[in-house]
Amino acid sequence: MNEILQYTLQGLAAGSFYALAALGLAIIFGVLGVVNFAHGACYMLGAVVAAVLQDLLGLNFWLALLVVPVVMFVFGVVIERLLVSRLIALDPLYNFLLTFGLTLLLVDLVKRQYGVSGLPYTRPDLLTGQITLGALRLPTYQVFVLAFSLLVCAAVWLLMTRTRIGMIVRASTEKSELTRALGVDVNRWVTPVFGFGIALAGLAGVLAAPFRAITADMGSSFIIILFAVVVIGGLGSIVGAVVAGFIVGLVEAFGQAYAPALSQIAIFVLMALVILVRPAGLFGREENA
Amino acid sequence: MSTKRIVATAVVTAGVLALSACGNAGPGGAGSDEFTDGKLVLAVLNDQSGVYKDLSGPNSVKAVEMAVADFQERHGDDAVVEDVEVTFADHQNKPDVANTKAQELYDRESADIILDVPTSSAALAVATQAAEKEKLYFNIGAATTELTNAQCNKYTFHWAYDTYQLANATGTAVTEGGATDWQIIYPDYAFGQDMDKSFTAAIEAAGGTVGDHIATPFPNDNFSTFLTRAASAEPDVIGTMQAGGDLINLVKQYNEGGYVDQGIELAVGLMFITDIHSLGVEAFNGVNFAEAWYWNFDDENRAWADRFMEETGTRPSFAHAANYSAATQYLEAVQAEGTDDADTIVGHLEGKEIDDVFLKNGKIRAEDHRVIHDVYLARVKTADEVTEEWDYEEILATIPAEEAFKPVEDSTCSFG
Repeated sequence: MNEILQYTLQGLAAGSFYALAALGLAIIFGVLGVVNFAHGACYMLGAVVAAVLQDLLGLNFWLALLVVPVVMFVFGVVIERLLVSRLIALDPLYNFLLTFGLTLLLVDLVKRQYGVSGLPYTRPDLLTGQITLGALRLPTYQVFVLAFSLLVCAAVWLLMTRTRIGMIVRASTEKSELTRALGVDVNRWVTPVFGFGIALAGLAGVLAAPFRAITADMGSSFIIILFAVVVIGGLGSIVGAVVAGFIVGLVEAFGQAYAPALSQIAIFVLMALVILVRPAGLFGREENA
Repeated sequence: MSTKRIVATAVVTAGVLALSACGNAGPGGAGSDEFTDGKLVLAVLNDQSGVYKDLSGPNSVKAVEMAVADFQERHGDDAVVEDVEVTFADHQNKPDVANTKAQELYDRESADIILDVPTSSAALAVATQAAEKEKLYFNIGAATTELTNAQCNKYTFHWAYDTYQLANATGTAVTEGGATDWQIIYPDYAFGQDMDKSFTAAIEAAGGTVGDHIATPFPNDNFSTFLTRAASAEPDVIGTMQAGGDLINLVKQYNEGGYVDQGIELAVGLMFITDIHSLGVEAFNGVNFAEAWYWNFDDENRAWADRFMEETGTRPSFAHAANYSAATQYLEAVQAEGTDDADTIVGHLEGKEIDDVFLKNGKIRAEDHRVIHDVYLARVKTADEVTEEWDYEEILATIPAEEAFKPVEDSTCSFG
C-alpha cells in the first residue's frame, strides 16, 4: 500500500514537468498554430540558465524560479520576432522544421560551451530530506514540485478564464477571424503568447535542475513524451495538456514499477488508444482536429 | 603468344619494378624501408561530441600528442623515426561509423595504430578491422571483456579496465564490507547486461546475494520508481550500473528519496572523475567505486596531471592517462625494434612488464592481450575533505594487478 502511494506521488511529480511544459506547448499551438519542436530544448535551456546563473552570480533556486522564466520569455520574444513570425503565413510545416533546426543548434551550442557531463546544481536546504507520514516517507522535493506546478497551472487557468487578456487569447485561439472582425488586434498578442509558452518550458527546466541531470541532451527524450501528452490532451487544449501531463506521469511511474520493459511503450499505446477513440484528444474539439 | 609480346611484357614489367624501387628509395630518403611511408601515424578514434566527450574525446588526442612530444624529447636525434603524426576521428559511439572510420584510418591515412575507442559495440567493430588489416589497436575507453575473450585477436590489446575488473573491485569490496544483500539496477543494453552479470558473479563469490535485477530504459531521466521498488526489498545496498547522465539522474533521485537514512547504501558500477565533477561531491555521500588510476595518487601521477592541466585546463580522467601510457609504450616498442611492422611490435610487447605513469606493476599478458596493472577501490570525499578543485577521491585500497583482472586461465581467447 505504501509503495502504491509512493508510486502515485512519483508519477504526479514526473507529470508536473510534463504538465507545465505541455501547457506552454498547447498555448503556443492554440494561438499561433505553431508546433514548437524546440520546446524540449527550451526546457533544457531553463535548467542550464539556472545552473549557470547559480555558478556565476550565486543566484539561488527561489530567485531562479522568478528570473529564469523572465529570461526565457525574452528569448521566446526574440525568436518569435526574428524567425517564427516570418514563416507564420506559410504551411505550418515550415515552422516545425525551423524549430527542429533551432533544437539542433541550441543543443550543440550548449555542448560546445559546457561539455556533455552535465552541470552541478545546489539544492535549497529547505527542500532536502523527506516528509514522514506514519510509515510513508515522501521526498520533500517531489511534494514541492507537485504543489508548485499545480499552483502555476491553476494561475494560468485563472488568467485564461477570468481576465480580459485570457478572453482575447481564447477568442483568438478558437475563432481568429471573428475576433479580428470584432476589432481585437489579435497580432498584438501573438508575440507575448509565444514568449509565455517558452517561459513555461523554462520554468519546468528550473524545477528539473535540482532533481535531474543538467545536460544538453536532457530535452531530447522529453520532447517526444511531450508530444504524446499534447496529443492525448488534445492539441491546443489548455486543460487537456495539464490533465494529460499528470496521466502520462502516472502511466510512466506504474509502468516502471510493474512492467519496466513496457513503461515507455505504455505511453504511446495510450496515445494510440486515445486517437482511435477520440481523434481530437481527451479535451480537444473535433473542429480543431 | 608471340615473342614480340613476351618481350614487350617483360620490358613493361621491368620498368614498373624499377619505378617502384625508385619510389621506395625516395628522394631525400625520408625514413628507411622499416617504416611504411617513412612515417609513423597514431590515430585516436573516439567520441568527439557525444556523451563520452569529456572523459575521453579531444583530451585523449591531447594526451597522445603529449606522449609523442615526450618521445621526441627523450630520443632526440636517436629516434628511429623522425616524422610522427597524430590524427583523430569521431565515431559518434556508433559501431557502423567506427567500422568505416577504422578502415579509413588504416587504409587512407595509413595509421599504424588506433587508440582509445570507447563504447563496447564500437570497440568490437574496430577489433574486427584490426584483425583484417593486421594493424595494431590498443583499446582504452571500452569496458567489454569480449575484447580479450571470445572476440580477441592478435593485433588487439585492452589497456585500462573492463567489466570484470569493475565488478571484482566494487562488488567484492562492498560485499566483504558487510553489505551482503544487493539489488541491482542496470540500463537494458549490452554494457548494462554485461555489468549486471559480472557484478552478480563477484557478489555471489564473496558470499552475498542479489535480489532483483531491475532493467531500466536507456537513456532515462526518472529513476524514482525503480529506486522505490529496489528499496522495498530492504536491501543493504543498491548497485547502479548506469553511466553518464543517467547515473547523475539516479544519484540525485537516490538522495531525494533519503535511502541513506534507511541504511540502504549506493554502490556505483562505473564512474569517471568527470561524473563527480559535474554532480559535485556532496551528491555522492562518500560512495565507493572502482578506479583504474587517480591523478592525485602519488607524486608521479600528480606531476603528469599538472602538465596535462597546462595543456588542457582540466584534470585527466583515467582514460586520458591510459591513452598517454598506451601511446608511449607503442612508441618505445617501435624505438626498440626499429620498425613499425605490426607483427614485430606484437612480439615485442607480449609478456612485457611495464611500469609507467598509468601502469603500476603492469604486464601485457601474451595469452589474451589483457594489460593488467594495479587498480583501486576509491571513495568520493566529503565536501570538507576536498582541498582543491578535482581533489575528489580517497584511495581506500590497492588491488594488485594479478588479482584485479579475470585470471588468464579463465579467458576464452585464442589467437588461432
